[in-house]
Amino acid sequence: MSEEFKVEIINPEKSFISKDKVTEVVVPAYEGDIGILKDHISIISFLKPGIIKILEKNEEERYYVEDGIMEFKDNSLSILTSSIHNIKEMKKNSIDESLKDAEKLLNNENLDDQERFLINQKIDVLKSLSIN
Amino acid sequence: MASLDDLKKRITSVKSTQKITKAMKMVAAAKLRRAQENAEKGRPYSDKMHNIILNLSNGISDKENAPKLLKGSGNDKTHLCVVLTSDRGLCGGFNSNIIKKAKSYFQKILNEGKSLKIITVGSKGYDQLKRVYSDKIIEKISFKESKNVNYFDAEKVGKIIIDNFYKNEFDVCTIFYNRFKNVITQIPQEQQIIPLKASESKKDSSVEDNYEFEPEEDEILSNLLPKNISTQIFKAMLENSASEQGSRMTAMDNATRNAGEMVDKLTIQYNRSRQAAITKELIEIISGAESL
Repeated sequence: MSEEFKVEIINPEKSFISKDKVTEVVVPAYEGDIGILKDHISIISFLKPGIIKILEKNEEERYYVEDGIMEFKDNSLSILTSSIHNIKEMKKNSIDESLKDAEKLLNNENLDDQERFLINQKIDVLKSLSIN
Repeated sequence: MASLDDLKKRITSVKSTQKITKAMKMVAAAKLRRAQENAEKGRPYSDKMHNIILNLSNGISDKENAPKLLKGSGNDKTHLCVVLTSDRGLCGGFNSNIIKKAKSYFQKILNEGKSLKIITVGSKGYDQLKRVYSDKIIEKISFKESKNVNYFDAEKVGKIIIDNFYKNEFDVCTIFYNRFKNVITQIPQEQQIIPLKASESKKDSSVEDNYEFEPEEDEILSNLLPKNISTQIFKAMLENSASEQGSRMTAMDNATRNAGEMVDKLTIQYNRSRQAAITKELIEIISGAESL
């Protein structure tokens, strides 16, 4: 089908996933979630903590990322990230643990606004994950 | 001539050394495969990162205000050299090659009247450099505890470099490591990471695309550049670990072969002296019998 494009998620150690036939990818870009469909304009953006949703014909996969950068060009989307987890494989207690860590970080006085924003984002996402 | 007993002892000791080198070779071969795989798997990330940064830096309109990490501090006075070596020895010329390369670079810098700072990663590099350049070494890092090369470690090194850069401790940063070509050949490399040298692959056609940036180019860049440094270090560490294992494997292979040759030689010597002893005894008996 012509509505499909390629997506590749790479972390420093290896190529994490690579799919040829996805219909839509939603990424948590810095200024808000972006849904990417085929023939999107070339774009580079970086990611805030959030959930990457990869939609295929009959499937949907969700991944949690903390940071990264994405590039979309010629119908191929590359996401570089150093921290990515499949949500299905995330354990509840490890979520709670990183939630606690993040909350601890927030108490640090020396944060600038941007860091504070990113940590708040992370906490929100982790909370929503922890409930489900 | 050494006595028979001594020779026998030597033969056994060489043989047991040979056993050790052989085992080390096998271990290195197994580790090499893994390290090589990791190095290959890690390449897409650093390549992509490099490409994106090239795209970004080309897209930047206001070159004057480009992030410092990209264009440098404007000076060329203090050089920081990050020398990546292994934590273990017995790997042939692996460490010496890096050190040799680094030393000639140091010399060049000092001759030009610039000042030099060194960060060593891996204890072997520190051991070799501390004799001559101990006053220049500002930091020594070693990852003896981590079993495998991991990104977390690379990030630590990257952070130290960036912190120093923002403190205006240096103007130019170069890293030294061995690039893994194949098992026998590892090429010592120097790579400048601050300011970023983008010229090499500018011809790449993919660079000319027009991108939409979100947020602005310079904001992405200033976020991405620190990451790129960690990524480059990580790449260097991966290449280094593959090279180290390759180098060790060749070195141990040679050692095993040399030990084999030595055992052969010693065995011949042992047999000769045994024979000589027997002949001597015979002569003694015969001449004793003749005199009767």
